[in-house]
Amino acid sequence: MPLQTPLYERHRALGARLVDFGGWDMPLQYGSQLEEHHAVRRDAGMFDVSHMRVVDLAGLRTREFLQALLANDVARLAVPGKALYSCMLNERGGVIDDLIVYLRGPTAYRLVVNAGTAEKDLAWISAQALRFEVEVTARRDLAMIAVQGPNARARVAELLTPADAAIALGLPVFSGAALAARGSASFIARTGYTGEDGFEIILGAGEVVALWDRLIDRGVRPCGLGARDTLRLEAGMNLYGNDMDETTTPLESGLAWTVALDSPRDFIGRAALLEQRAAGVPRRLIGLLLEDKGVLRAHQKVIASSGEGETTSGTYAPTLERSIALARVPAAVIEPLVAEVRGKRLAVRIVKPPFVRHGRALIAL
Amino acid sequence: MSSNVPAELRYTKSHEWVKKNADGTVTVGITDHAQHALGDLVFAETPEAGRDLAAGEACAVVESVKAASDVYSPIAGQVVAGNASLAEAPEKINTDPYGEGWLFTLKPSSVAEVDALLDAGGYTTFAEESAE
Repeated sequence: MPLQTPLYERHRALGARLVDFGGWDMPLQYGSQLEEHHAVRRDAGMFDVSHMRVVDLAGLRTREFLQALLANDVARLAVPGKALYSCMLNERGGVIDDLIVYLRGPTAYRLVVNAGTAEKDLAWISAQALRFEVEVTARRDLAMIAVQGPNARARVAELLTPADAAIALGLPVFSGAALAARGSASFIARTGYTGEDGFEIILGAGEVVALWDRLIDRGVRPCGLGARDTLRLEAGMNLYGNDMDETTTPLESGLAWTVALDSPRDFIGRAALLEQRAAGVPRRLIGLLLEDKGVLRAHQKVIASSGEGETTSGTYAPTLERSIALARVPAAVIEPLVAEVRGKRLAVRIVKPPFVRHGRALIAL
Repeated sequence: MSSNVPAELRYTKSHEWVKKNADGTVTVGITDHAQHALGDLVFAETPEAGRDLAAGEACAVVESVKAASDVYSPIAGQVVAGNASLAEAPEKINTDPYGEGWLFTLKPSSVAEVDALLDAGGYTTFAEESAE
C-alpha cells in the first residue's frame, strides 16, 4: 500500500497523474509538465515534498555527532537558521544519502532527508547517535511544501502574519526560521531544488492543506515530480539514486565542494576519501549538452577516445530547448565525446553545471 | 478520460491512426489518447522517404519530456514523406494529433491491410479497456 501525504486528496482533485516515488503516491504532473516547469522559472510554482523526512536532533553533543556523521562541517553553521547541504557517507566513502541540515538553536538541528532512503537513513543515524547520546526524532507529524520561482517569496509572504512575513522576507539565501504564528516545530527556509529563489515550508500535517489551497488562490501553480526533475537537472543538482549512491563517492559525483576534507575533523568515510584523493579520483561527474537533435536519458553510454562512461540523468531542458545530462566518465576524458542514443552516436559537449539559474541559461548554447 | 477518436480513421493497438488519402497514399500519426499519455512532446524522428516498411516495424520515435516511444508502421508500404515540420515543432503532435501532427505518409503494399485495422469504435473500446 503506497504512502500518501496530507495533500494526496488535493492531488487527486486537481487531476494529477500519480506515480510511486520512494514508496509514496506522488503527483508526476497535474497538466502540462512544460508549463509547470516554466511557471517556476517565470512566476511561482509549488511542490508537495511532504514525502521527504524531517528528522530533529536533540542533545548536548549534537554538533559533535553531526561532525562525525556528515561529510560537510556543521561548524559552518555560525548562526541559528543557517542551512548546509551535505552527504552522509558510509565507511567506504559511498553516499548513503544527501541532505540539508539546519541549525535551529544552540544544540538543536533539523535534517531533511530523501523519501526513498528515509528508513535506511534513520537506522544509520540512530545507530551512530548512540555513542553521542543524541536523541533522533523522525517528524512524521510534519509536512512540507516547496514554493519556488521569482515571485514565490512574495506570494508566500502575503499569507503570513506581518511579523512572520517580515522574518521570512528578511531571510538570507540558505537560511530559515520558525514561524511565530505556527509554533516551534514550523520552519520556513530560503532553500529549494530548482535553481530559483523561493521557500521550503515545514508545517504540521494538519495545517499544510489550508496553506496549499491559499497558495493556489494566489496563483501559485501546483507542479509535479516531472517538473521538479527537469528544474533540478537544469540547476545542475544531483538526484540521489541517479547521480550518486552508496557505490560512488562525493569526489566522483561533482560534490567535492560539499566535503570538508582538509580540516582535521574525522567523519565517517573521510579515510576512504583521503585514500581515493591520494590515489587519484578515477571518475568524475560532468555536465553534457547534446549538440544534435534528440533527448539524452539516464544510462546512455558516453564514448570518448580515452574511455567510456554513462549518463546518470538526462532530459529535455525546457528553459534551454536543448537536451542536457549529467554523466560519470573517466577522470581524464576529453572531447570529442558522443552519447549513444537509441542506437545512434550523437555529439555532446562538456559544459559546467549549473545549466540554468534564476531563469537564465548559464551555458553557451 | 475522454479522448478524440475521429470516425473516419483506422487505428492500431499500438495507438497509431491511419487515414486513406485520395491519391492512394495513407497518412499515419499517433492518437489523441497516445499524445495525452505521453505528455509534452519535445522531439520526433520520422522515417526517410523511400524506406520500405513492414507492418509492425518500428519506424519513428516520439519523445516527451519523460520518455521516448517507438511508433510502428500500421501496415506494409513505402514511405512517401516524413513530416519535416515536426523537427522544429514537435508540440504539433500534442495540439493537433490528427492534423498538423501527422508523422509520415506511406504508399501501401495493400489497401486491404488498412481496412483490416481497428475502426473508431474498436479502438475506443480497446483504449478504454487498456486504461483500466
